[in-house]
Amino acid sequence: MTAQTLAPAARASQALTGSQVVLKALVEQGVEVIFGYPGGAVLPIYDAIFQQSELRHVLVRHEQAAVHAAEGYARSTGKVGCVLVTSGPGATNTVTGLTDALMDSVPIVCLTGQVPTHMIGNDAFQEADTVGITRPCTKHNYLVKDPSGLARTVHEAFHVARSGRPGPVVIDLPKDILMGGAPYVARDEVRHRTYHPVRDPEEARIEQAVDMLLGAERPIIYAGGGVVNSGPRACQLLTEFVRETGFPVTLTLMGLGAYPATDRQFVGMLGMHGTYEANLAMHGCDVMLNVGARFDDRVTARLDGFSPASKKIHVDIDPSSINKNIPVDLSIVGDCERTLTALIAAWRRRANQHESSRTRAWWGQIDEWRKTDSLRFRQQGEVIKPQFAIQRLYELTLDREVYVTTEVGQHQMWAAQHFKFEKPLRWMTSGGLGTMGYGFPAAMGVQVAHPEALVVDIAGEASWVMNMQEMSTCIQYRLPVKSFILNNSYMGMVRQWQDFFHGSRHSESYMESLPDFVKLAEAFGAVGLRAEKASDLDDLIKEMIRVDRPVIADIVVDRAENVYPMIPGGAAHNEIRLSPPDDGEHMPISEKGMVLV
Amino acid sequence: MPDQERRHTIAVLVDNEPGVLARVIGLFSGRGYNIESLTVAEVDEANGLSRINIVTTGTPLVVEQIRSLLAKLVPVHRVLDLTLSGTHVERELALVKVSGDRERLIEALRIADFMHARLVASSPKSLVFEATGGPDELDAFIELLRPIEVSRAGIVAIGRGDAVLSTDRLKSEQTNPKPMSVKKASER
Ligand SMILES: Cc1ncc(C[n+]2csc(CCOP(=O)(O)OP(=O)(O)O)c2C)c(N)n1
Ligand SMILES: [Mg+2]
Repeated sequence: MTAQTLAPAARASQALTGSQVVLKALVEQGVEVIFGYPGGAVLPIYDAIFQQSELRHVLVRHEQAAVHAAEGYARSTGKVGCVLVTSGPGATNTVTGLTDALMDSVPIVCLTGQVPTHMIGNDAFQEADTVGITRPCTKHNYLVKDPSGLARTVHEAFHVARSGRPGPVVIDLPKDILMGGAPYVARDEVRHRTYHPVRDPEEARIEQAVDMLLGAERPIIYAGGGVVNSGPRACQLLTEFVRETGFPVTLTLMGLGAYPATDRQFVGMLGMHGTYEANLAMHGCDVMLNVGARFDDRVTARLDGFSPASKKIHVDIDPSSINKNIPVDLSIVGDCERTLTALIAAWRRRANQHESSRTRAWWGQIDEWRKTDSLRFRQQGEVIKPQFAIQRLYELTLDREVYVTTEVGQHQMWAAQHFKFEKPLRWMTSGGLGTMGYGFPAAMGVQVAHPEALVVDIAGEASWVMNMQEMSTCIQYRLPVKSFILNNSYMGMVRQWQDFFHGSRHSESYMESLPDFVKLAEAFGAVGLRAEKASDLDDLIKEMIRVDRPVIADIVVDRAENVYPMIPGGAAHNEIRLSPPDDGEHMPISEKGMVLV
Repeated sequence: MPDQERRHTIAVLVDNEPGVLARVIGLFSGRGYNIESLTVAEVDEANGLSRINIVTTGTPLVVEQIRSLLAKLVPVHRVLDLTLSGTHVERELALVKVSGDRERLIEALRIADFMHARLVASSPKSLVFEATGGPDELDAFIELLRPIEVSRAGIVAIGRGDAVLSTDRLKSEQTNPKPMSVKKASER
């Protein structure tokens, strides 16, 4: 029986088609927007989309961008992002986005079309082994072969994507399943057989943690994206806990916004390009409380030199993140919000045992380190320093609801260092995978979720062109995304490493033949602006905010600027470099360090 | 000895669905862990459950990673490190073929008898034996027999005592990983 003969039969019996079942389940799961791109295998879903009004579809210009847009949507709302693409090339084009979402724990459900079930395995037109290809880059994936399991699979996919450590889930949908009839099963009727991650921490471990923290003389709280993923309430609780303990707190790249950046107890981001005080505090602490971070190699630097004298507590919803890179003394498996609730309660019960004088010397030391002012830069003359451009962007948008995304490279690190986030869900960057081309489509997704907000992609010119086709999408849906391009004519981060570690041989890192970004904007129907002098910057930023349309701001910046501080590969936190090596001196790096990425 | 590699036998209870074995194998190959033996078969038809027995070697940190990564796979019901959770029994089945002249075959029959292997097929110039036993016993048997062809089933294992690996417990035996003794940098 072919699919074509099934569809009318389904209609005759008043049943829903597979496509309608999928849409109904999406709506029941709270999906409002779906980012996608059509093709033969998903035409039935597109037909069903055409005939309803509950779901909005945003047509991207490349499937990779659909996933990044869904990531931006998800990370700025806390909801699951949803993607729809066709079989074969549509599905393979999502792989980078899915891997990005997996690495950064972003909840995504991606629907892929597939050739009809009877043709699977025949090398049919636009057939790809989508579940095979996406198995290692998703949290889980499904191939639906039986219409009776369709609705259940969609509900399960959302459950898996958002529970525990969130991540991307693919549902591969053969065309005959979409066209034939399928029974609907409501969300409430589906309970997952196996997947129920532990969320409540063990009380005894909470007490042990409080014991350790009460005894600390040089404590540090190190929090990451897990707190943001757990939700705004978790961030609020983190802030309360930090304030009540009086301890210093540092955040990972993914965690920025989980604690107010301008607060005195915040010692800045840590890691390869983190602040001097954050990295030295990590190195010198005696008790470390890690909440929702994963001891990533950008954060730990050389493992055997990592925080050698500390007792470590690790709170994570994902048991496999614990003892992976760094062995810890106390692990607490649980959701950050629930764990912080329990920690605060336990701490309050024993508040009388807490002596704030115990950490006075430690704070004195931290304030000493702070005086190095490790993020300092000098804006002199008219050549725009990239850090200065970000600082002005930050200062001139203080009165607005701002959401920032980034591409990958030097500009990303400067954005993390100089844009200060007071609230969670305002900062979207590709941390784990480091995907150039992430920021612009992600910003688009953020703008779809927050139509009134100011959404800025702080970009490098090389990264931005990787997904610049999305300007069409921005124009079509009137998404006034601002592309704030720090144009140094180089793959700056590559150039920096070549300068430091490869004898300044700039092999293929110069960006020849860049487009004229102002004309490019105009060609798309967007607004193009350019600043070449520091004195032009404020006017440009004000104009960029004023126009209610997509803008490409081409900020011509100093080509030679490097990101500091820096912990070179293979070095430990206390070997952090604050400034360029003196003339003739090379960035000190061991042979082992050279092989590190 | 926290850095010492050790052999572990891990039992995993999974939904018997397409792709589940690929997920398990992909986890090992994708992260560079080794699989020394892997067996899989349905063990509970009514509930659609299969059991996978995996033998791997690694340091305690690596084996803990393997266990928690297995537990994280969506179709996995339970993971049990049999090596860590008290004593267990391991058995393997092998079919081995010997060939040669009369004298050689008679010698083989004698060895097989001594090792409690069963003759399951014979021809004038060859014999096939079925042997079961612990992996070491089978190794010894094969070494003695010097067969021309060997087919081994891989290891199946089960815990001793009344503890049962079933679906009605937490996914991994330990949700909270044990503290690892943290060594100073200088000791590494
Ligand atoms: C898709 C992809 N390809 C290659 C890289 C390696 N890479 C990291 S940063 C970078 C240069 C980025 O240049 P640009 O966007 O101009 O940013 P800048 O460093 O100049 O601020 C490259 C090529 C990457 N991260 N992602
Ligand atoms: Mg650049």
